Amino acid sequence: MKGRPVAGDPHVKIDMLSQPRYLAGARAMIASLARRLGFGESDCAHVALALDEALCNVIKHGYEKRDDQHIWISVGPLEGQCCGIRILVEDRGRQVEPADIRSRQLDDIRPGGLGVHIIHQGMDHVEYAKRDGGGMSLLMEKRQSAAVASAAARKETA
Amino acid sequence: MASPDDLQVETEQRGESVVLRPAGEIDLARSPALRSVLSRAQDARPARLVVDLQQVPYMDSSGVATLVEAMQVARRYRGSLVLCGMQERVRSIFEIARLDTVFRIVDSLEEAVGA
Repeated sequence: MKGRPVAGDPHVKIDMLSQPRYLAGARAMIASLARRLGFGESDCAHVALALDEALCNVIKHGYEKRDDQHIWISVGPLEGQCCGIRILVEDRGRQVEPADIRSRQLDDIRPGGLGVHIIHQGMDHVEYAKRDGGGMSLLMEKRQSAAVASAAARKETA
Repeated sequence: MASPDDLQVETEQRGESVVLRPAGEIDLARSPALRSVLSRAQDARPARLVVDLQQVPYMDSSGVATLVEAMQVARRYRGSLVLCGMQERVRSIFEIARLDTVFRIVDSLEEAVGA
């Protein structure tokens, strides 16, 4: 698979079909990894929700609900951070300009259009890019707060 | 045989309210089932439709979108949609989307049917 280079090797790579039935498994996987990387339950829930929304957007918009396409999820710790997670979601779906990927206005109440907003709310860094050879990539990073990271480090060395 | 994508939803008539009780996580796999149940319930134009989310531990934006659509349908026929029993994790997505002030959200079913 040709994709955008990721700084550092991912520790976990998943290749999933573009089927909504696998979202629950992806959420459970990322929440579990985030927990082991030192995040608290609330942050784990936000990370899982952000990944869910990212995958939903790929399924709905990138692959236009075709259920036989592939989505690649790469996960690893943030380099140089005590507690941080880096998630890369890649697909071979429809390409769009990264600048055009944005949420609807929140006061424009209508169904849909919230996924991008939810991803930005849950993660510290969000970056869309076109992949070489087709499709899109989405890099999401989340850092643990200094106080919690410090507590996690103490627990690790105890 | 029930598919894992199926959503279990109990329906109950309480006075002039119709109460729906979905059970399970509501994501892109299951929100179409919720949409279908809501649509069927709203065909009868109940004065008040209550969605009791006590047994819903997780909801993503597809579930929220389904409820926004139901709220808009209810407003069109001058009915109301009330949400109750929200777990913290579900409530947080409504807050993130700033929809917690748009929906009528109450704590208990008793409040909802009397809302």
